[in-house]
Amino acid sequence: MKTTEQLEAKLKRRSKAAKLEIWGRLVSLTALMLIVAVVVAIIGFVASKGIATFTSNHVSLWDFLSGKSWNPGVNGANGKPEVGALPMIVGSFLITILSAIVATPFAIGTAVFMNEISPNKGAKILQPVTELLVGIPSVVYGFIGLSVVVPTTRAIFGGSGFGILSGTCVLFVMILPTVTSMSADALRAVPRYYREASLALGATQWQTIYKVVLRAATPGLMTAVVFGMARAFGEALAVQMVIGNAALMPNSLVSPSSTLTSVLTTGIGNTVMGSLQNNALWSLALVLLFMSLVFNLIIRLIGRKGRLQ
Amino acid sequence: MNSKTQNKIAIGGLYGIAGLVVLILLALLGYILASGVPQLSWHFLTAPGKAFLKGGGVGIQLYNSFYLLILAMLISFPIALGAAIYLYEYAKDNWVTTTIRTAIEILSSLPSVVVGLFGFLFFVVKLHLGFSILSGAFALTFFNLPLLTRSIEDSLRTISDVQREGGLALGLSRWETVTRVILPAAVPSILTGVILSAGRVFGEAAALIYTAGQSAPALDFTDWNPFNISSPLNPMRPAETLAVHIWKINSEGIMPDAKAISSGSSAVLVIAILLFNFAARYLGKRLYKRLTSA
Repeated sequence: MKTTEQLEAKLKRRSKAAKLEIWGRLVSLTALMLIVAVVVAIIGFVASKGIATFTSNHVSLWDFLSGKSWNPGVNGANGKPEVGALPMIVGSFLITILSAIVATPFAIGTAVFMNEISPNKGAKILQPVTELLVGIPSVVYGFIGLSVVVPTTRAIFGGSGFGILSGTCVLFVMILPTVTSMSADALRAVPRYYREASLALGATQWQTIYKVVLRAATPGLMTAVVFGMARAFGEALAVQMVIGNAALMPNSLVSPSSTLTSVLTTGIGNTVMGSLQNNALWSLALVLLFMSLVFNLIIRLIGRKGRLQ
Repeated sequence: MNSKTQNKIAIGGLYGIAGLVVLILLALLGYILASGVPQLSWHFLTAPGKAFLKGGGVGIQLYNSFYLLILAMLISFPIALGAAIYLYEYAKDNWVTTTIRTAIEILSSLPSVVVGLFGFLFFVVKLHLGFSILSGAFALTFFNLPLLTRSIEDSLRTISDVQREGGLALGLSRWETVTRVILPAAVPSILTGVILSAGRVFGEAAALIYTAGQSAPALDFTDWNPFNISSPLNPMRPAETLAVHIWKINSEGIMPDAKAISSGSSAVLVIAILLFNFAARYLGKRLYKRLTSA
């Protein structure tokens, strides 16, 4: 009797392989959960610091979003601290939209050239060059902006040369490779028979590109552009180096101004943790975080709509 | 205007745009290399920096960049590998998985300055790690994790399901199939992904200025005891990297030869990234041939 019980217990015991399986599954799940925890922690921490301006310093959200003077250390005319973030918000949006407007035709044009007109040259020259430039560090772009773009702007338009225009130029070159290579991916995903059908109907190459390929690839192209905008919006150092860092409403494209990221990078080291000056900066970080979530949402919506059609 | 002339004009325009873009991109690369390469010398690459005088080097910053890169990779690779394995080999296609994927996407689209600020808040201030290599390595890990996870998952996807079925049919458990069959086959493309992400980490600065700090204390390269403050291996010392150095000397403007130093450093960064790119392609192809006898 005892031997059968022993045998039964032995058979019911987990095998070595089964234990290994459970262990492996657990380890890989832990790794995944760790990443999720990081995301939650980042959003939680930044949000809790960012709303401190409104909860413990009693600044109204509307004053923060619409106020035009940024000087958190000083009390303004109405006795309240001056934490108007509008100049930075406008600066960030302006620079993002302008660089996207300039970059889009170049990026899509190049992607079309790479895919439709001269795939040979595209694969040999353009693709490696764009892939390489995607990886160039942003400080290098900033440094070139500082030593080439800013002096050129100064020579043409006068003033200091720092400002939205220089920032736009730097960001344009910076997001160009990203948007180009993503647009090329979008065009590559258009089935070959679309083109063949259009050409067989007697359409010229341009008509095929314009009326068939670009239309079919629209969701992918839009994703590429929004992705580039998200990158431009969140770029910190390259912009900070060429924008001039004056927290003023930008009244022209060549006057020094600032963006959310530039104020953050210059300010956070010079303020004391927990003070209003510091909390106000964290609120800017929260705006930045919020906008990156919005860009993410837009990309998702485009993707979903593109799939339905 | 008939459609044929329209066609000619449009195609010509596209040629023009593509040519212009190539010109811009090549001018950019050319400028970096032409202004930077003449600055490079053994002295420049190994000597410590001088804050107020001419003739300093970037030796310590260059070392810090590599040390941080290696630490960040050592932390992030196992996590990314585990996460990618779970996502691709185990996770069921339901709302939980979709939510997790969304979270990873959000992490990858966060501006690196936000990641850096979180690192500052959590590691430097809350955990009292101070401005240190360790804080910097964690911040870089967060920046790197989503990209690396996605690239490893893509590598797993390229392995055909026949291999998985084969492993399971031989009576291997799923985990054994993954570790003994799938991973060896995926090594070349995983390696390519790792090297490419290393290039991105190497040039990252915004996530580091408030975590690894902006100062590069002198190092004693004969002292390899990690507990000594001047030891190159000490993970608790502040460590300015090459990319941070370029930013700092340009925004402070007290170094007399800041421009020459930044040109040289930019060239070093770009050449390093070029090498990473070539290494990724070459090693990936080489390993693939070796492992598959294709």
